[in-house]
Amino acid sequence: MNLYVILKRTFDTEEKISISNGEISHDSAEYIINPYDEYAIEEAITLRDAHGGEVTVVTVGTEESEKELRTALAMGADKAVLIDTEELDSSDQFTTSAVLAEFFKDKEYDLILGGNVAIDNGSGQVGPRLAELLGIPQVTTITKIEVNGTDVSIERDVEGDVEKIETSLPLLVTAQQGLNEPRYPSLPGIMKAKKKPLETLEIDDLDIDEEDVEAKTKTVEVFLPAKKEAGKILSGEVNDQVKELVSLLRSEAKVI
Amino acid sequence: MSKKVLVLGEVRDGELRNVSFEAVAAAKEISSGGEIVAVLCGEGLNEAGKALIHYGADRVVLAEHSLLSTYSTDGYVQALLQVIEQEKPEGLVLGHTALGKDLSPRLAARLKSGLISDVTSLEQAGENVVFTRPIYSGKAFEKKVITDGLVFVTIRPNNIPSLEIDESRSGEVAALAVDVKDLRTVVKDVVRKASTGVDLSEAKIIVAGGRGVKSQDGFKPLQELADVLGAAVGASRGACDADYCDYSLQIGQTGKVVTPDLYIACGISGAIQHLAGMSNSKVIVAINKDPEASIFSVADYGIVGDLFEVVPLLTEEFKNVLVKS
Repeated sequence: MNLYVILKRTFDTEEKISISNGEISHDSAEYIINPYDEYAIEEAITLRDAHGGEVTVVTVGTEESEKELRTALAMGADKAVLIDTEELDSSDQFTTSAVLAEFFKDKEYDLILGGNVAIDNGSGQVGPRLAELLGIPQVTTITKIEVNGTDVSIERDVEGDVEKIETSLPLLVTAQQGLNEPRYPSLPGIMKAKKKPLETLEIDDLDIDEEDVEAKTKTVEVFLPAKKEAGKILSGEVNDQVKELVSLLRSEAKVI
Repeated sequence: MSKKVLVLGEVRDGELRNVSFEAVAAAKEISSGGEIVAVLCGEGLNEAGKALIHYGADRVVLAEHSLLSTYSTDGYVQALLQVIEQEKPEGLVLGHTALGKDLSPRLAARLKSGLISDVTSLEQAGENVVFTRPIYSGKAFEKKVITDGLVFVTIRPNNIPSLEIDESRSGEVAALAVDVKDLRTVVKDVVRKASTGVDLSEAKIIVAGGRGVKSQDGFKPLQELADVLGAAVGASRGACDADYCDYSLQIGQTGKVVTPDLYIACGISGAIQHLAGMSNSKVIVAINKDPEASIFSVADYGIVGDLFEVVPLLTEEFKNVLVKS
């Protein structure tokens, strides 16, 4: 099987977020593979081990993303591709998916996997957009996948319910939590990863006219939520606290 | 400049979801007085169509086909493209629901348009409409505009107030026979897991449990409280990892992001990943034995105490006052 994983380097949102010059400050931030993309990598490796083939991880980003690609290689992916889009003036999900579609145009793929959403931007658009541009079916938020020849059985999470789906390759899926437990890179894995192929492509290497991938949306402001005032910790006998709470929720907060 | 805006209504178990009415309100803002056309896919949706008119839609198109009674990506893409071809809207609004998340990027790719996902508020700013959406799991927000073409957004449930219902409003509800074929993904079965039927992402009140509930049985008092309040039950990752409940209940950075009117956190310490999923709730109540638990830092009201003592008392108290009122 030819397996591809599209992954994103993301800001670890466990980090404290601050804003400088109207943008999220990236100084001293920790970066990680988007957690949902880790599920996709793990599943791709598992499927390759069961069915044979190769796992290629692909990211659209800047040269810093090499670190996350190496981590994916250390987990067990075979090859990595970095599409460096630093030179693009504007970029949004329209751009990223158009760039990826151009990359995949001449590739042979059976299954493309990604996370269902990235924890930084949180829009969840690139996977389905790419599937449409490639003209292949998609199944999003999957929690189980079985491949048998070209037949694919999938379970997906739909707001808590489980949908059982039958479809076939080629296919794009996006991973939901519960799909698997991603492995940590082993020490031998990390050593091996250093020798695995990591190809870097620039926009010029792809058949892309910058105007054609220009962003369709623009961020005009970034801001932090208003700081919450300290809450009220109730005191006294527990019975009285409960009575006070119910009364506050009705008269002060007016939510009941 | 007025715009014609299309809204996709979403019907589940025969009922329109609240987010569909909220989407009509968002469309109204985007349209600046232009026509609002709601679309419903499936069969036998006349009544739902009328409800959308009562909530502010000017006209409703029923895209009818037997293959549309269950959602499929291909089926809905095909149907909506036919409606869009007929209506030629300048705006498009969907709910940021499981359906909307699956469908909207695919449709945007086909229409070669931008898409602003998970919008929580919107405002006019000169010629443009500016959309606000959470980023970094709700730790920050961004304001975005569409710079080119179709104004296409999905809205997060429970954030944009729907318009007042007006049952005297009338408008055309017309069927459009659409052509739907060659579905490449087939839904064989749906296993219902969401226990109460109150969906977490749309619930006005959520009662959530963490490691402090200690066992599967420990969720019972939470469920009883939820039943009294008509609330949904949620959980922290800790509770899910410990197998106290199903992952479908998980709220947090991985899991669901929720913004109910009232969030009651029981035995949840408030790990940053959990806060990412609920800290934008309107009112937060924390019940925890540990006065140092970080959940108290986001809580509006806190009770330091054992949830197994506090929650049943709370259930009783709510029963008392809700019966009286």
